[in-house]
Amino acid sequence: MTYEIYVHVPFCLRRCGYCDFNTYTAADLGGGASRGNYANMAIREMELTRRWQETRGIDEPAASTVFFGGGTPTILSADDLVTMLDAVRRIWGLAPGAEITTEANPDTVNEYYIGRLAEGGFTRISFGMQSAVPHVLRTLDRTHTPANVEAGVRAADAAGPRTSVDLLYGAPGERLDDWRTSVETAIGLGVNHISAYALTVEPTTKMGRRIAAGTLPKPDDDDEAAKYEIADDLFSKAGLEWYEVSNWARAGYESRHNLGYWRNVDWAGIGPGAHSHYNACVDAGARPPLTRALSEKLTGGETASAQPKEQITGMNALRAWDISHPRMWGTAINEGRVPWGGSEEITPHENLEELIMLGLRIREGLDLNRLNRAIASSSDTDADGSSRLKPIDPTQLKPMVDEGLITLTRGSGGVGTDGVHAIPTRKGRLLNDAVIERLFDLIGV
Amino acid sequence: MKEPHNKPGYTDQSLIRNFCIIAHIDHGKSTVADRILQLSGIVPEREMHDRFLDRMDIEQERGITIKSQAVRVPWTFDGTEYTLGMIDTPGHVDFTYEVSRALAACEGAVLLVDATQGIEAQTLSNLYMAIDHDLAIIPVLNKIDLPSAEPEKHAEEIAGLIGCEPSEVLRVSGKTGEGVADLLDQIVMDVPAPHGDPEAPARALIFDSVYDSYRGIVTYIRMEDGELHSREKVHMMGIGMTHEPIEIGVISPDMTPTKALGAGEVGYIITGAKDVSQSKVGDTLTSAVRPASDPLPGYRDPKPMVYSGLFPVDNAQFPELREALDKLKLNDAALVYTPETSVALGFGFRCGFLGLLHMEIVSERLSREFGLDLIQTAPNVTYEVTGEDGTVHHVTNPSEFPEGKIKRIVEPMVAADIILPKEFIGAVMDLCQENRGQMGTMEYISTDRVEMHYRMPLAEIVFDFFDQLKSRTKGYASLDYHEDGEQSADLVKVDILIQGDRVDAFSAIVHRDKAYSYGVMMTKKLRELIPRQQFEIPIQAAIGSRIIARETIRALRKDVLAKCYGGDITRKRKLLEKQKAGKKRMKMLGHVEVPQEAFIAALSTDEPTDRDTKDKIRAAQKKEG
Repeated sequence: MTYEIYVHVPFCLRRCGYCDFNTYTAADLGGGASRGNYANMAIREMELTRRWQETRGIDEPAASTVFFGGGTPTILSADDLVTMLDAVRRIWGLAPGAEITTEANPDTVNEYYIGRLAEGGFTRISFGMQSAVPHVLRTLDRTHTPANVEAGVRAADAAGPRTSVDLLYGAPGERLDDWRTSVETAIGLGVNHISAYALTVEPTTKMGRRIAAGTLPKPDDDDEAAKYEIADDLFSKAGLEWYEVSNWARAGYESRHNLGYWRNVDWAGIGPGAHSHYNACVDAGARPPLTRALSEKLTGGETASAQPKEQITGMNALRAWDISHPRMWGTAINEGRVPWGGSEEITPHENLEELIMLGLRIREGLDLNRLNRAIASSSDTDADGSSRLKPIDPTQLKPMVDEGLITLTRGSGGVGTDGVHAIPTRKGRLLNDAVIERLFDLIGV
Repeated sequence: MKEPHNKPGYTDQSLIRNFCIIAHIDHGKSTVADRILQLSGIVPEREMHDRFLDRMDIEQERGITIKSQAVRVPWTFDGTEYTLGMIDTPGHVDFTYEVSRALAACEGAVLLVDATQGIEAQTLSNLYMAIDHDLAIIPVLNKIDLPSAEPEKHAEEIAGLIGCEPSEVLRVSGKTGEGVADLLDQIVMDVPAPHGDPEAPARALIFDSVYDSYRGIVTYIRMEDGELHSREKVHMMGIGMTHEPIEIGVISPDMTPTKALGAGEVGYIITGAKDVSQSKVGDTLTSAVRPASDPLPGYRDPKPMVYSGLFPVDNAQFPELREALDKLKLNDAALVYTPETSVALGFGFRCGFLGLLHMEIVSERLSREFGLDLIQTAPNVTYEVTGEDGTVHHVTNPSEFPEGKIKRIVEPMVAADIILPKEFIGAVMDLCQENRGQMGTMEYISTDRVEMHYRMPLAEIVFDFFDQLKSRTKGYASLDYHEDGEQSADLVKVDILIQGDRVDAFSAIVHRDKAYSYGVMMTKKLRELIPRQQFEIPIQAAIGSRIIARETIRALRKDVLAKCYGGDITRKRKLLEKQKAGKKRMKMLGHVEVPQEAFIAALSTDEPTDRDTKDKIRAAQKKEG
């Protein structure tokens, strides 16, 4: 089994108008979770987590990847990031050739900073580029210039880590040509990995409110589809192949950490709001105790003190998430508890749904053998009547192949299985929800 | 509580006064009736609850009386105890026939008018009906306690209508009770006593018949001639059925069994009738042992005027819908229904109603009392369609509209009477004209109110005429209509095609001039209501094979969520589960998924108001012209 660590850094210099991530612009939010003390708190959470894993019989191997995300991880000093990485090494160990990534805001790094990360063991830096077009960057409230991104990438090239850039398309006012410029500029940087995300407007953000009020135009699905196709064409022409709906890389340069999410591996999430996932957890419904008053305060009475919904039948998967607010999160750690705000035991039925929806995002595709094993085990163990679930025969997928939504391939690379894999075509990537729903229907989930 | 002296079955006709109250909705009929019960002493103060006579929830909430009832009320005048039979009449245009039967059971009518509002069209129409029945009319203004009451003005209006002196119009307040005792005295003085033949074979008019879940069918009767005794077999002369009576009695104010009912008296009879169709309003009841030779005049079967399809949203509820209709039918002889299959909506029933209110009441009762979630198709009248080969079709459903060349279409017409303040004359004339109305006469019923007479196709009235009338006159206009023959008209069937397939539920029979606006509105509405799917969906309106309007739902190109990392997975899974649940409420039309809401919204009627729709309608018409 593969094991990964995600560390969330919930600080930013400023909040971008489109962003609804769990991040804060204040330097000190109380509870000991200040920027200056953040690394210490995160390390204490790692220790608490390790102790909890032991009590649940979870014996994870050395971490094969570590990923620092945010927020803006690079708002902390390079030493802080390295110290946290050292803690992972000490507590769980790092597998040989482990992939160590941090996200980086081009405004916050220079060659010295990147050099320090490289010395400390970082192997990969993912820059938040978003766009190469000034008016688009302004709409997105981004302060960096295209030149900053290039400087960062060059510094990384010199120091050793691999590089990636993130792009965002569909911002209000972005023309097709603007987008083409951004894509070409990113390719021109010579990076081996690019992520390109459609802007998702969340109603609670400043941008969401402006769109609702009609002062900004609403993103248009057709425009975004056209931009996706532009990106996919230009990236693949440049030798960057898609390996996930929103990710392109030269062969061998994929983000192994992110692939882990889509392959449904185990990972520990450290930091406010970070999610953790364990495939097999004894007594998964039982959670680290919180005082009732605190848990209600933290979660709004959500799940912390509630009984698990379904009867636990052996080893089920568990997903848990840390308390979102850094001060409450810090308080829990100071009281010596794993700072979870909520959790869910993933029933075999739900696990099946996740397997499908994640597998259909990636180039290696959905492994039908693995799927049918999950269907069989779901039928064996689920008490909610899901024994009616039907295994999938590849011939049932023929209509979707004919419609150009998926292709079927035997023994796709990367996972070492020889079953038939269902792989989304470009159309199937864009209409991913429809493909997922069709599979749900076939199986009967 | 005071015991009345006059006993049922032994009360001389000279002491009997049978009357009804004619009033518009909200003019306070039930309040006055309640007050009468209270003053007569048969309902003690503490048991009094508002609107004692209206028993059904919906009636109470809507403030209207659907079914009439008859109460025996003692009233002492000048030292003599009289027996008043107070017959409550339905207040709405759909129930004209039932009103006429209630009037036929009386010798007098109290014309009750709200002193703040004046007389309304339906009241006037019922008043004329009462005059036609030779009833003594007692004009009364109600709500005189209200500051906004204008008794002088409305007394003059009434005086002008019935030819009395304004001073003869009584003034009461149902709320305070003021004037109600005087009204009862007036009834005794003015309403003639019945003058049937007490020695003749029994004849009783059935003026109402209701289903009671405990008692079965309760039939309300007015004795004309002779006597009926308990345990005497009765015969329904119209439908030719004989029943064993279980009980006869009077209502005062609860059902009280009696040994007999004599000439002139009002009461009830309970037989073994299974449903109201075995005991019909208007029929004559006689003794099976000593039958009368001729029935009382005026019996006829209620005839549905408006048809509509009712379909359960969840087709599994079809048997429950059938059961619910069967139950309503027990109480509603006018309701007719036959199973109907729609490609779009599945299994349901084609139902016939007396009119729009009747239709609304039935569908509301189905949803409220039986918990059914229903889709109702647009209302339709009965057309007589003659094909080129001379075959005549009676079309109550657009799907029955014959294909091919049509020689002639005949549609039912109504005479519509509208009372309105004079400042709205222009607006109402426009509205009637838009709805193919032919103007008749117009009279001023007072200095500022007029009554207009139009001849109109019933189809136009059942669509949304009444709502339009109300909105264009700020709620001041009132409408009454009755059948008035038929006319041939240039009507066409407009079909709606989704991806080339006709969706029967959206077809409509409309006048050729309105075909374009129907087509444009419907296609536009559906474009908004049907979510984008993986393929392009043309939505067209057509007359026969000719397309008159078209909208296109473009193919969905992207539905993928951009990011799905560790923290997004739970949210994404829950979103998919929610979408899956939403899909269960979709109807499949061919390959197209159509949400339930689309049917409900698309079948609701409203005016084209936005410029784009109006432009498109004009363009379509121009192309045609």
